[in-house]
Amino acid sequence: MMTIEEFGRRLRAREVTSAQVTNECLQRIEADNGRLNAFIRVTADQARRQAEEADRDLAAGRDRGPLHGVPISIKDLLDVRGLPTTAASHVRDGHVAARDATSIAHLRQAGAVFVGKTNLHEFAFGTTNEDSAFGVARNPHDPSRSPGGSSGGSAASVAAGMAFATIGTDTGGSIRIPAAACGIVGLKPSLGEVSIDGCVPLSATLDHIGPLTQTVADASLVYHALLGDGHVTPPVPLPLHGVRLAIPRGYFFDVLDDEVRARFEEAVGRLHGAGVRFDEIEIHHTADIAPVYLHIVLADAAAYHASALETMPERYTPNVRIRLEMGRYVLAEDYVRALAGRDALRRDVDAALAQHDALMLPTLPIPAPTIGAATVAVGSKTEPVRNVMLRLTQPFNVTGHPAISIPSGLTAAGLPCAVQLVGCRMQTDALLKVALACEPQIAAGPFPRSGNVGG
Amino acid sequence: MTIDAWLTAAIADAERRGLPELKPLLETLARATRSLRAADFNDRADQPQVTSHGPQADHKPQAPS
Repeated sequence: MMTIEEFGRRLRAREVTSAQVTNECLQRIEADNGRLNAFIRVTADQARRQAEEADRDLAAGRDRGPLHGVPISIKDLLDVRGLPTTAASHVRDGHVAARDATSIAHLRQAGAVFVGKTNLHEFAFGTTNEDSAFGVARNPHDPSRSPGGSSGGSAASVAAGMAFATIGTDTGGSIRIPAAACGIVGLKPSLGEVSIDGCVPLSATLDHIGPLTQTVADASLVYHALLGDGHVTPPVPLPLHGVRLAIPRGYFFDVLDDEVRARFEEAVGRLHGAGVRFDEIEIHHTADIAPVYLHIVLADAAAYHASALETMPERYTPNVRIRLEMGRYVLAEDYVRALAGRDALRRDVDAALAQHDALMLPTLPIPAPTIGAATVAVGSKTEPVRNVMLRLTQPFNVTGHPAISIPSGLTAAGLPCAVQLVGCRMQTDALLKVALACEPQIAAGPFPRSGNVGG
Repeated sequence: MTIDAWLTAAIADAERRGLPELKPLLETLARATRSLRAADFNDRADQPQVTSHGPQADHKPQAPS
């Protein structure tokens, strides 16, 4: 599958049309969605109309920018006018969005073509996509495995060539985890940059919206479109010589699959060979990350769901319902302590970044887990799947720093591994410049392009 | 409220509401709460202030030079 950048060049050279690539995506959906269950709703007719309009506009000299005519899928947690927003839950039965979410309105203005709404972990409250009113989404690299979550259907849709990009949400890692599990790029922008208006919340304190794409450059294009900057070109990568990266040892490497660790260290070696300077650092308060995250996300989610838990509890999937109920017991004084912990962690990560362009660490400690597994072996230990999947991503939801996941190779079984770069707060573009520079070294090695995996 | 008192009350409430499966989750939450309350970033009325309030709490990081 072409990248958005390649498509844009060929579209403007009149070598390809939006209608052609949209049809190709719809054909892939028709061929593979039964197997992967990536989409809850396919909007084929609407997509064809949007694509034809994009082609007519371009022929008439109306160019809306880099996303003009680009087929994109959208996590079914975001409002698209005239369509249900299910959040993968029967709690939302009958809901139809009256207007676009702000981020989706920006994409529409930018000329994007919407191919459908993608599957997710119910209400984005999980990391595997197993608890969905619409069934399990599956990983294109191995359908017996989870695509990660909660934006699992989104990631699967891009990895399987069903869309050029997708829009996900990330409260504890729900963009970066599935991006890592499916072998694509996932960007969580800095907290508060992309409007969460029109998005079903999990935790308004920690929720982020961002893109999952094939490349860093594509992530940059979609990120700017989400902001409403429809005509921005990708940033120029920094020269690798002089880039300073910090590796936070300790907590971030204590629970790590051997092959994920090996792919990470190989990427470090390639970057070092290309001139990147590394420092090993320690981040304080890492032992407090999970308790801080847990108290904030549980209390925020419980506040949103309290009335539905009382009036229609049977409409939730059992696992999500019981986790939401847990949040109703968080005390106010402990929520306030968690907010104090968030501030402390934010200062700790700010300090770690003070002399560096970015932090570099793995994204997901394990390859994509088998569907149905409650625990997973990591080295000599057995860990709960949910806890281990959140371990390396949730810190930066708590602190709000921008973070991007970049594929870093495969395990012997052919499952993707990924590296995460974390930048300074409110400096997502600076992070993207670092990521663009590092991507060729991180992703070096045999790696299938999106659309070439599975089916 | 102490964590032990909270946990006892929470489990009793969950059972009253017909949600006995909440018990192990509440026990997990209790462990997390114990860790949270022991953290060194908590201000306590009977101890010197440990966190910074005001401008520093809103500190915006500078780009690396």
